[in-house]
Amino acid sequence: MSRQLLLEHINTPGIRGIKAFREKGGYSALEKALKTMKPDEVTEEVKKSGLRGRGGAGFPTGMKWSFLAKPDGVPRYLVCNADESEPGTFKDRYLMSHIPHSLVEGMIVSSYALGANTAYIYIRGEMLYVYHILEEAIAEAYEAGFLGKNILGTGYSLDLYVHPGGGAYICGEETALLESLEGKRGNPRIKPPFPAVKGLWQSPTVVNNVETIAAVPHIINMSGDEYAKIGIGKSTGTKLISACGHINKPGVYEIELGVPVEEFIYSDKYCGGIRNGKKLKAVVAGGSSVPILPGEMILKTPTGEPRLMSYESLSEGGFAGGTMLGSGGFIVMDEDTSIVKNLWNFTRFYHHESCGQCSPCREGTGWMEKILHKFMDGHATLKDIDLLWDIQSKIEGKTICPLGDAAAWPVASAIRHFRSEFEDYVRNPEKIKDIKHYYRLNNLQPVS
Amino acid sequence: MPKVTIDNIEIEVPDGTTILQAARMIGGDVVPPAMCYYSKLETSGGYCRTCIVKVTQGSAKDPRPMPKPVASCRTPVMDGMVVQNRTAPDLLEARNGVVEFLLINHPLDCPICDQAGECHLQDLSYENGLAKSRYEFKRREFDKIDIGDKIKLHMTRCILCYRCVKVANQLCDGRVHGVLNRGDVSEISTYIQNSVDNDFSGNMIDVCPVGALTDKTFRFKSRVWFTKPMDAHRDCKKCDGKVALWMSNNEVLRVTGRKDTYGELESWICNECRFDKKEVSDWKIEGPRKIDRHSVISQNHYESLRQLKIDVSKQKNIAEKAHQDNK
Repeated sequence: MSRQLLLEHINTPGIRGIKAFREKGGYSALEKALKTMKPDEVTEEVKKSGLRGRGGAGFPTGMKWSFLAKPDGVPRYLVCNADESEPGTFKDRYLMSHIPHSLVEGMIVSSYALGANTAYIYIRGEMLYVYHILEEAIAEAYEAGFLGKNILGTGYSLDLYVHPGGGAYICGEETALLESLEGKRGNPRIKPPFPAVKGLWQSPTVVNNVETIAAVPHIINMSGDEYAKIGIGKSTGTKLISACGHINKPGVYEIELGVPVEEFIYSDKYCGGIRNGKKLKAVVAGGSSVPILPGEMILKTPTGEPRLMSYESLSEGGFAGGTMLGSGGFIVMDEDTSIVKNLWNFTRFYHHESCGQCSPCREGTGWMEKILHKFMDGHATLKDIDLLWDIQSKIEGKTICPLGDAAAWPVASAIRHFRSEFEDYVRNPEKIKDIKHYYRLNNLQPVS
Repeated sequence: MPKVTIDNIEIEVPDGTTILQAARMIGGDVVPPAMCYYSKLETSGGYCRTCIVKVTQGSAKDPRPMPKPVASCRTPVMDGMVVQNRTAPDLLEARNGVVEFLLINHPLDCPICDQAGECHLQDLSYENGLAKSRYEFKRREFDKIDIGDKIKLHMTRCILCYRCVKVANQLCDGRVHGVLNRGDVSEISTYIQNSVDNDFSGNMIDVCPVGALTDKTFRFKSRVWFTKPMDAHRDCKKCDGKVALWMSNNEVLRVTGRKDTYGELESWICNECRFDKKEVSDWKIEGPRKIDRHSVISQNHYESLRQLKIDVSKQKNIAEKAHQDNK
């Protein structure tokens, strides 16, 4: 196993509690940062580390922090986005439920760097048991004097709250998350202004993913320059990958960025190869919204180099020949998987989760689902493939928030790489027998 | 003051002006259509995406183009910004897409809709829509509900522009209506069919760009193009009393606020003026109201017919020529 930071002590008994966590060096970064460093120095270390947002977009965290507006007399907030709801992604839940203190410590150090005196963890409503775990961890941190007024006698005060959402995918979008946190309907805001200028309660706010924040204490402990040595090129550090699908060993793996995709799928250290000795058909590399890639394209870049698990390598080839690292939800499909059926399921999800604010996404996602339903029902025509393509191109980039893009990319990539399979569904309706059975089992009504 | 170029026309505008407002200052063809933006309502706009424009140069300082089309109603201009609207074919294609999305679940029941003739969606689809829908599934339907005794909500026609919600937020106290559910089943509604009972709630009828909110005192009385709009006023304690009367002979069929070129009210009027004063004697009539825009209402009453005749003769010539060519 390569270098581990976040999950290094995952197997230590009692690591969920503060005692075991501190024995393993927990909260040392907090003491180092608050006692020996100025807030700007912490930001500087994070900048040096080259840490990039782990939520999906991969924006450099240090840069994001330095964009935060700092007007006098206005409070600043740090909000942790723990609304992990991308299909295929389950790394944050794993981290929070097993080592909650790593997030709490990260929140304190990051808030100190940003000068925030109030911080929030917005957690997805379905993960209520994790909410209780975090509440417990925060209570322990208060008791140990790591939270509250005058932390460790340094004069810095911080209050940390956990807020459960209602379980909507859209609330993982940062501005919708802020709306929801304010107690309103979780609709994304129209940007500009960006949260760094006007975020929570119209105050400057930084929204970061759980994994990003949990990586900050490690950067402080080992210094930004050391952290930057892990990984490859501009993809520094380690990343949690939640691997699922038709593999022998699904689960959450911490990798050093830059591991070859082939090694990740087939090596016994990680996924352990395809289940039942089948062949690899396709991979969705970063949660359901990134483009799907056929097996041979995920293993090799368009230039013939082996593809690596890094932000750059995975997106090599642009949208036609590449994909994205995204949030690290690595979905592997074997040769028996139906791409059309899979796409129908994804699109159904986006239709259900569209907030309904702007027209292309509200109407387009439903339309795409209905057309894919036609494929499932066996009365699609070849024209429908072109129509699907046209609809997705009219959603992409026209919406307020990235949900429109997230709904359009899977459709675009599936048609781009697996068009023959769509045609197959049109020409051989007997293929869909199993789907009708699926309907009956799940009591679903075909769309009229 | 920032300078912005829209479709090759340069204009200097005050700080904080949005692209749409700047385009309206230029006027004419460069103005993007807007279904949800309403200059008199704060935070309106950004939802319908019909006003998208292409920014080919972000500003003089940072001349990079913006990666995606932006909503012109919510994007402030920067000095040296270059914007394309009618001059970018790919943008027009994208806008046609948005219009198609707005129409797929719209019932297109214009023949029985009171809004027909003054409906923004009609204008929009006439300019940017397809002749035939590519949508072949069942359209979304809702029950009609009464919100209050004067307003009918026909959600099936709604395009979710949020304008009426902003009216409820910003003009009325004790708001009882908003958006329920999400995605393509989200609907404007009151909380368990509460009635909207407020002195200024009637303005949501005027801000509705389609026929989703209609005036129950006018429903099915007349097609709007058979009525004659008149400017009128009265002394009103609640509002400034300046309205447009929609008359047939000597009968006042409907009272609305006065709308400007872009279909926006010049001032909010109260429910008493709107619903209760339906006698000519209630009003001091100023004279016929000029209806701007290419509305069927103005075509009937005020535009010079000569223009139309020229067009007809031109088309006749073209048709005859085509006929001869075919021979």
